[in-house]
Amino acid sequence: MIKERVKKIILSICRECFSSFCEKRNYCENCSSLKIINNNEIESLSIAHVDCDAFYASIEKRDNPKLKNSAVIIGGGKRGVVSTACYLARTKGVKSAMPIYKALKLCPEAIIIKPNMKKYRDASKIINTLMGEITPLIEPISLDEAFLDLSGTKRLHKKIPAILLAELSKKINKNIGISVSIGLSYNKFLAKICSEIDKPKGFSVLGKRESKQFLYQQPVEILWGVGKILKRKLNNDGIKTIGQIKEMNPQDIIKRYGSIGSHIHSLSNGQDSRKVIPFRQIKSISHETTFDHDISNKKILEKTLWTLCEKVSKRSKINGLGGQTITLKLKTNEFKLLTRSFTIIEPTQLGELIFNYSKKLLYKEKNNLKYRLIGVGISNLKDSELCDLYDLINTSKTNDTKIEYAMDTIRKKFGEDLIKKGRSL
Amino acid sequence: MKVSIERGILLKALNHVQGIVERRNTIPILSNVKIDANKKGIALIATDLDLEIIENVEATVSRAGSTTISAHTLYDIIRKIPEGSFVEIEQKQDNQIELRSGQSNFDLPCLPDEDFPEMSSGEMPCSFTMGSNDLARLIDKTKFAISTEETRYYLNGIFLHSIDNELRSVATDGHRLACVKSKLPAGAEEMPSVIIPRKTVGEIRKLIEGSSDDLSIKVSDTKIQFNLKDVQLTSKLIDGTFPDYERVIPKNNDKELSIETKIFSSSIDRVATISSDKSKAVKFLLKDGALTLTVVNPDAGTAVEKTPVQYDYEELEIGFNARYLLDIASQIDGHDMVFALEGSGSPALIRDSNDDQATYVLMPMRV
Repeated sequence: MIKERVKKIILSICRECFSSFCEKRNYCENCSSLKIINNNEIESLSIAHVDCDAFYASIEKRDNPKLKNSAVIIGGGKRGVVSTACYLARTKGVKSAMPIYKALKLCPEAIIIKPNMKKYRDASKIINTLMGEITPLIEPISLDEAFLDLSGTKRLHKKIPAILLAELSKKINKNIGISVSIGLSYNKFLAKICSEIDKPKGFSVLGKRESKQFLYQQPVEILWGVGKILKRKLNNDGIKTIGQIKEMNPQDIIKRYGSIGSHIHSLSNGQDSRKVIPFRQIKSISHETTFDHDISNKKILEKTLWTLCEKVSKRSKINGLGGQTITLKLKTNEFKLLTRSFTIIEPTQLGELIFNYSKKLLYKEKNNLKYRLIGVGISNLKDSELCDLYDLINTSKTNDTKIEYAMDTIRKKFGEDLIKKGRSL
Repeated sequence: MKVSIERGILLKALNHVQGIVERRNTIPILSNVKIDANKKGIALIATDLDLEIIENVEATVSRAGSTTISAHTLYDIIRKIPEGSFVEIEQKQDNQIELRSGQSNFDLPCLPDEDFPEMSSGEMPCSFTMGSNDLARLIDKTKFAISTEETRYYLNGIFLHSIDNELRSVATDGHRLACVKSKLPAGAEEMPSVIIPRKTVGEIRKLIEGSSDDLSIKVSDTKIQFNLKDVQLTSKLIDGTFPDYERVIPKNNDKELSIETKIFSSSIDRVATISSDKSKAVKFLLKDGALTLTVVNPDAGTAVEKTPVQYDYEELEIGFNARYLLDIASQIDGHDMVFALEGSGSPALIRDSNDDQATYVLMPMRV
């Protein structure tokens, strides 16, 4: 008798009780749940994208149960944009990044809530800790989404990545009170697409073999790097689906669309070599705000600019960085975006200096324009040790630097609001 | 013009002269060296409009005249011609000269000498002589501190002036300052205070390298001229006001620390290895008779080195730029370098145990 020694491969898992099966199932034998995921390659896939469902809105609903059945929109002011809309509001057509007034037209009963970033950050931190329990390779994209690389975790946890992720999803729901959607595949691009597939509370898996077929009929705009403009270009050339790109000769695509061409060609073939990088290098630090009413008075703009500069400075100091290029961003009432930058000799992280330089840029602009948005940022970042060096000759600069650091020390000890510059009053 | 000249003599002179010629020029003739042949020999002249060098060289002149040819091409040709040969330069046409040496023959384009800009030296009311060695010392001990930052152009040179019966040279870039005193040469009492541009400092230093002769210096409000044997270097001065440097030299730094120069600089060099570039801060901790040097680089690790020192004051923590410390240490000839400190945010005063005429000031970094 020949003893069969075939290694059993997991083909199916239960999202409720985390059982795994070596045959495809329609329901779980253990807990009778219908939340079963079947996939031929489920055992070997290890790149995941975890995305919180309507994160800010879900947190607000969690903290105020009365909102449970109302349409909730998180966004700033009358004139701001929607940063998150709950799923109720989304059914009415409200989308993120939509101006609030438009959202209110679509969904007049919506309750607008100003974002409470601290609350969201705290929740995000807990989610990160939970993710950290299953892998150290976490690449946060924003507060509410992250990529996870679970390669090699099976040996440690004695569970396949899909089960670890199902457990994670449940844990987040239990500990934070919000739901997440998970995409599991073999690279970042497909993992991200997967997490979108059956949002909210989704869990989708895409293996190597089926991905080709899946991508074939998808529209080009789901490719990473295809924005409004490239989409229009591709569509004008008659290219609408990923399948069409896949069939093309890569040389032709590069000739026609430049370096992005080779990138979208690889993606169309389901190839994406980007790794999950736990710490992404910060390239710039910026803050911006949209006004309730258009503003043209430079004195008022200047006041807002100062608060933004203080925020930029605070974050630079936390990250131990300073910028050598200072950029002012303005959006006119006609939605024309203006960016102006200035490069300085010595990088800075001081609010005072960022303000002085950006203020100069502001006053160079025409006086009769009305603005709806102002922003300021620093880039060309350098280690803070190289920033704002004490100067022997320019003693007033040295003193200003010392004053700002002294103020920071006082704030750290006695609270943020204890000491302020006159112009913030 | 027709001249014959020994290759070695010409090469040495061209070596001085071509340093002044900029590699890239918008005015073509500035790439050229002017050769002026007269009864006495030939003069080689180069200029960048701010700085002019005239070097007189021995040569056999069979026909006087003058022309200008590309300085770098001429230098490169002469460099490659075998030692001991003679070079013949002859103007054949208005726009061409011929250069012959042994079997080699070059036809080179030339530009008329009338177009060559000459620097009018004007009146130089102050004139004195000093030893090459003395000038070399004034330059060497301050040159490293010259600023390269163009917004503060008045720091882009060495400030040379007479004060309290001394001749002083000072340079600073705002982060460090070097001040060296020397005996005031006779005739320099009324010298105007001048800022000598960095390029001129470099060229004059090259010129006096290895020389022990006296050189004569002439100064006006706008120009300075150096004469050393057959060479005359004339330079415009930086038109600006050097800051009141005495104000930034600390007077009340009472915490003294003396440390052996060699040991100190090799320690700094060692701990700075782990900083990505040498501009990283080295933290000094002075406590319980020991100096602890620390460099922390999040990407490369931490380096700590502890040296026993004579230090009887309260505990002090202060950071300095490693490269700046090494720059200063390399100028200290004495056995020890003496730090005088005040606090972690105040400039440090550094002296040479062997030379009370040289003072260095170093701004701390935040650590």
